[in-house]
Parts: sequence; structure tokens; C-alpha cells
Amino acid sequence: MIIANDPLFADPFGLPEVGVVLLKVVVAFVFLLVAVMFNIWFLRKVISDMQNRIGPNLAGPWGILVTLADGVKLFFKEDLIPEKSHRVVFKLAPYLSLIPAFLVFAIVPIGGDFNRTDGPDGVISVFGHDTLLQVADPPVGVLFFLAMSSLAIYGVMLAGWGSGSKYPLLGSVRASAQMVSYEAALGLSIASVVLVSGTLSMHEMVLTQAGPGFNSFVPNWNIIVTGFIPFFVFLVAGTAELNHPPFDLVEAEQELVGGFHTEYSSIRFALFYLAEFMNQITMGAIIVTLFLGGPAGPALFVPKGWWVGVFWFFFKLMLFLFAFVWLRATLPRLRYDQLMDLGWKLLIPLSLAWFLVLAGIQIGRDRGWSSVEVGAFALSFGVVCMLCGALLMMALRSARMQRLADLDEERADLDESSPRGTLRG
Amino acid sequence: MSEAIVFAVAAIIVLSGAVGVVVSRNPVHSALFLIQTLFGVAVLFVLQEAHFLAAVQIVVYAGAIVILFLFVIMLLGVDTADDWSVEPIAGQRPLTVIVGAALAGFGLALVVVASDALTGAVRSGGERALDNGFTDVERIGRVLFSDYALSFEITAALLTVAVIGAVVLTRKQLRSELLEDLEAASMDLPPAAPTDAGSDSAAPTTPSPAATTHDSAAPATPGNQQRGIRWN
Repeated sequence: MIIANDPLFADPFGLPEVGVVLLKVVVAFVFLLVAVMFNIWFLRKVISDMQNRIGPNLAGPWGILVTLADGVKLFFKEDLIPEKSHRVVFKLAPYLSLIPAFLVFAIVPIGGDFNRTDGPDGVISVFGHDTLLQVADPPVGVLFFLAMSSLAIYGVMLAGWGSGSKYPLLGSVRASAQMVSYEAALGLSIASVVLVSGTLSMHEMVLTQAGPGFNSFVPNWNIIVTGFIPFFVFLVAGTAELNHPPFDLVEAEQELVGGFHTEYSSIRFALFYLAEFMNQITMGAIIVTLFLGGPAGPALFVPKGWWVGVFWFFFKLMLFLFAFVWLRATLPRLRYDQLMDLGWKLLIPLSLAWFLVLAGIQIGRDRGWSSVEVGAFALSFGVVCMLCGALLMMALRSARMQRLADLDEERADLDESSPRGTLRG
Repeated sequence: MSEAIVFAVAAIIVLSGAVGVVVSRNPVHSALFLIQTLFGVAVLFVLQEAHFLAAVQIVVYAGAIVILFLFVIMLLGVDTADDWSVEPIAGQRPLTVIVGAALAGFGLALVVVASDALTGAVRSGGERALDNGFTDVERIGRVLFSDYALSFEITAALLTVAVIGAVVLTRKQLRSELLEDLEAASMDLPPAAPTDAGSDSAAPTTPSPAATTHDSAAPATPGNQQRGIRWN
């Protein structure tokens, strides 16, 4: 039912098929854990290179086992439950963070041969059973990602509230406000992708991006087809959704100690840590799938085999993981009002306007307009949008000046009148 | 067979969650049980192959609405246990039992008397209408933007009006609050340093209910708020 697009479920469903599904689940889970392990090591190594340090170098060759050592250490630490915490909620919260992080990865196609000459389909054969190289391909695909990322808020929120102390509560309120606001921009940029690919399923999205593309050189990826802007909006909003620097106000050490997980220790803290890095990987994987064709590589060279897709997928994923580390190492944290301004006043209007442009172009295509007509439409619409944007900016600016002037006036009045004690009211 | 099993499990999730919402003493626990119920309903939607509705159920209800509930509960601090021995409205509890029993009896009677109409036996032509080659997303989209386009637009307008209303309300409140703060500050304290006193009173350690309400209801305006506080 929910996994309808997978050829595995076309035939009568029996025990061998259940085995294949279980195998895929286990492989995905183990893969994700190992990837988190290397991701943390990668982060620490790259950051220390950027800061001219050596970084971890003791556990294993090049310190590659540092995450394992950290994990063991966290296991043996004392597990504290604060006196004033709400016990059930406090214990539940780390799992609520972890489970969505893993579930999102289940819908990501991580490989398969999408460059076949006889029609790309990305189907592989496991023990004689045709299947897709992704755990599940629900028909609602990318909406499942949105649903899970909105559930991830609960982990953060309940951790903060359940701790029964002030810093975590403040951190979690910040985090949930931030995640809720950036989810809007995230959804709007996803809408652009859905518009051009005409499907919600992740597998079919990869299929629409596979193929030779323009002049059989420029790939047919959504980043180009949607015109870059949804990609950038998604990248920024996704980074904010992860609470990743420069949007890590959630755990701003100088202000909030450790944010929502201040009171957590030992294995429960390890779960939050795991969830954070898992989210990074899954967010990278989602970006790769939505905008960069996922396992469908550019048609530069076309060797056969499912591993080509796997190679392209991991190559692209690594780019984004490196970009996340780069952001962490270089950018200072935003102020809270800058964060909200960026989300509500820039990203949402921008992605909304861009969505309208794309919808207009799509209608033009359906009506059979020539490319000149479509281009003229897009250009004029862009000009109108820019004019409207400029008007809006002017309105905001003048309203703000007016407000400040009014308040200044009031303050001057009060300053004058209060010494004489004739203040009204 | 498998459908019956899934239905039974989902029904247990839904009903136990619903009971939990009513029974738990802590409002936050109630909200969590509500999420459980919403999830169960989403599973039931999937069982009916209404995948889109299931996803929207989670995104909208669990992802936005219950989050807002939690915001309000946490920020207003109503999670401290109320005194349950006092009845807010006299005679409320016996009345609840009577009404509840009546409703349950009514439902049961309906199931027994008119089971065919209630248990969702497929109407004539229903099968054909469902099986015309479109996915459920396409079907919902078609119906929404053709037959029900007007109500769709009206709903959108309603939501926009609500958002604008919220913004307008918070702006007014913010302005008057600022002035009140200023007045209070310059009344209470020696006239030498009125502006310093203002910044003290503008950041109360325990937020008043009024202040927190617009905090949670309109995350669109923290920019203004920030500005106000900084100015003060």
C-alpha cells in the first residue's frame, strides 16, 4: 500500500519479499550509524584543519575511531535525571529526536542505474527480486519528509520543557519558533520542485532528473530546471531547520549554556548528538535528491551497474556535508531578529514569488507558447515582482521610521513632563 | 485480513490516545496523547489509500497545531497542576456522565440499527469513481480546484484575514505596552534616569500572560518586538 511504487510489491507478497525489505531496513540503519560516525570525525578533522589545529589523532589511524571512543565514554557516564524534570517526557524526548531523523532517510533513493539506454528506471535485483535501492517509496514522498521534520520539533520542545529548568526551556522555545518559521520557506521551495517534476515520489523525482539533459551535457537537474533560487532557499532554510551554524541560536553557549539539552547527560545526550548528525546527513541526502538528481549522475560517462548511482549519490552528499562543516567553521551566529527577518521577510516572499514565476512558465508550456513568449512573460513578471518588492520595502522602511519617530516624540514628551510630576494617567 | 489487523491496531492507538487526552492531569501529557491520536488517524487514512490526507494530517495537525497548543501551555505555565477538587461549574461532573452515556448509547444504537449506512459499504458507482487511474493527490487537486474552487479561495482569504488581524492586534498592543512601561517607569523612579528604568521594566522575568499570548500566536513579529525592547 504505502510502498506502492516499488516493483517488489507488484507480485504476490511473501516471505522472501519480507526478507528483502528487512534487509534494506537493516542496511539503511547500519549505514546511517556508520555514516554518522565518520561524519563527526570528518567534521572535527576539517574544522581543525581550518583552524590550524591537528584535531583528533589518537583513536585509530588519523583518529578515525574518535566517535566510537566518545560513544563508549558517554555510555559509561552517570545518567542524571534532574529532580524537577518531568520524568516520562524527559526520557521520551531523545527518541522523538532520533526516530524522525532515521525515518527520513528511509525515503531517499541512494543508488540504482538511472542512466540505462533502455529507459532509466533505477531498479536493482536483490536475490532475484526486483526492487528499488531505497527503503520505501511512499506516494507522498517528499511530504513524508516535511511531516518528519515537523515531528522532529517535538523532540527539541519536549526536551526543553521536560528538563524543568530555565535555559533548556528558553532554548527549546527558540528552537521550535525557528523550526516552525523556516519550515514555511522549506515547504515553498519544495513546492517549486514538485511543480516542475509533477510528482511527490522521491523515486520519480530522480527519474525526471535522469537522462541526457540539454545538449546531452548540462544535466537535467532540478537545480537548473527550477532556476537556482529554490535551491538556495532550501539550503538556507534546511540549515536553519537543522539548527546548524550560523543558525544555532538554539544552543548558543554564551547565552543558554547548552540550549535544550543542557540537562541531558550520558546516553540520552548521545542520542541527541546522534540525531543532530543524522539530520545533517538526511538533509544533505534530501537536497541531493530534490535538486541534484540524487543517484542520477550527469551523462558524462555511462558505465553500467547500480554502483554508479551509489557513487554519484555519495559524491554529491559529501559536497553538502563538507559545506555544512565549512559553514560551521566560518560563519558567526545570527542575531534572533536577523534570523526572523531572513526567514519571514526574505526567504518566504522570494520563494513564493519564484513559485509563481515557475507556475506561469509551466502554464505557458502546457498551452504551447513559444520560448520567446514564455521568456517575455517570465521577464515581465519578474519586473512586476521586483517593483512590488521595492514598494513593500519602502513601505516597511517608512512605517518603521514613522514608528520610531512617534516613539521618540513620546519619549521626549515624557522626559519633559515627568520632572514636574504632571504625567497623565 | 491484514487490513483488519492494521485497523485494529490503529483503532487501539486512536482510542487510547483519546482517553489519555481526557484523563491525564498534565496538559502537556494531554497534548502528547493528542498527537498519538492524530497519528492513529493518519494510519487509518493510509489504510484507505488516502496517502495525501495522511501526510497532511501529520504536517498540519501534529506539525503545526499541536505545536501551538504546546507553546501556549508551556509559556502560560498552566502545566502546574490545578486544584481538581473544585468544580468550576457546579454540577458539571454528573452532567458529563449523563451526556457521555447518552452519546455512547446513541452511537451504539446507530451501529446496531443502521449498520449498512454507517459501516461504509461502497455506494453504487463508488468503486468506479475511485478507480480512474489518477493518484489520490491528483484527484484531490482536481476536485479542490474545480468543484470547490470558490470555497477554497474563501478559506484562503479567511486565513489571510486571520493572519493580518493577528499582526494588527499585536502591533497595537505592543505600542500601548511600550508607552505604559514608559509611564510606569517615569512615575516610579527618580526623574534622573527614566530611560534606564524603562529597559528594566521592559524585560520582566516572568512574562505576563498578555505578552506571551502574542509571542506564541504570531511568530511573524519578533522583529518589531526586538526593536521595541532595544529602543526601550
